[in-house]
Amino acid sequence: MAGPGIAWYLGISAFLFGTGALGVLVRRNPIIVLLSLEIMLNGGNLALIAVARHAGNGAGQIFALAVMAVAASEVCVGLGLVVAIHRKRLALDVDKLSELRG
Amino acid sequence: MILASAGNVLVWIVWLGAGFACLASGVGVVSFRNPFYSALALIGNLGSLAVLYLLLSAEFVAAAQVLVYAGAVMVMFLFVIAYVGPRMEAPWAGGPSWQSVGAVLAAGSIFLEIIVAVSLKAGGRLAHSDHVNGTFGTPGWIGRLFLTDHLLAFEITSIVLLIAAVGGVILGSHTRRAA
Repeated sequence: MAGPGIAWYLGISAFLFGTGALGVLVRRNPIIVLLSLEIMLNGGNLALIAVARHAGNGAGQIFALAVMAVAASEVCVGLGLVVAIHRKRLALDVDKLSELRG
Repeated sequence: MILASAGNVLVWIVWLGAGFACLASGVGVVSFRNPFYSALALIGNLGSLAVLYLLLSAEFVAAAQVLVYAGAVMVMFLFVIAYVGPRMEAPWAGGPSWQSVGAVLAAGSIFLEIIVAVSLKAGGRLAHSDHVNGTFGTPGWIGRLFLTDHLLAFEITSIVLLIAAVGGVILGSHTRRAA
């Protein structure tokens, strides 16, 4: 395999996962929390595809495509929630949205 | 031989560019104040990840990444940000609070934990990758895998997408209750 080995790709994916976790924990805007979640999912996807290439096995790529579909569903429901919260004139701040009562 | 080493150098250059763009745009998503800039940085992140997928000979996943994420999902994000209005938020303003210090510690420890776990369990075996033939990662090969070995995963994924679409419609629809 030409170029860098699998360990370098796994390092990038670990850094992406850590960055996304930092965003989920620090940011208070729910839209940016969703964007950071996308970064975490993409870090996992990069690790899956790197290991699929390492082992010469296709199951990792299939899993990555399934993760992509789950991420699309999660964004659909999450942005629906953001729009519903906005329509109820509530503050878009995950620290203030600590109760389920409308 | 010279041609092969030149190709190797080219792969390293592309890898360094895509990897650096990937890390920088990931940090940008987390640290920009304006949600619009965060969403645009995430588009850059997804594009550079697609380049890394191409280097890992996953052509179909790279194309699906650009189509599904950078095409569909990011358009939805930008639409919702425009709908609710860009709210500025300074993530690091007002000095370090206990929450941000704890978050940095937690994220750093997750990063270190992944690195240590991977290098302890698989460090010696990652040096030599298997050789793969030319059909690895092509759309036809992925389609054959999806419809033979992984048919159940394919069907369950379609049901998950259907449920999410129905949920999105219900969340977004106007329900006028009797006052």
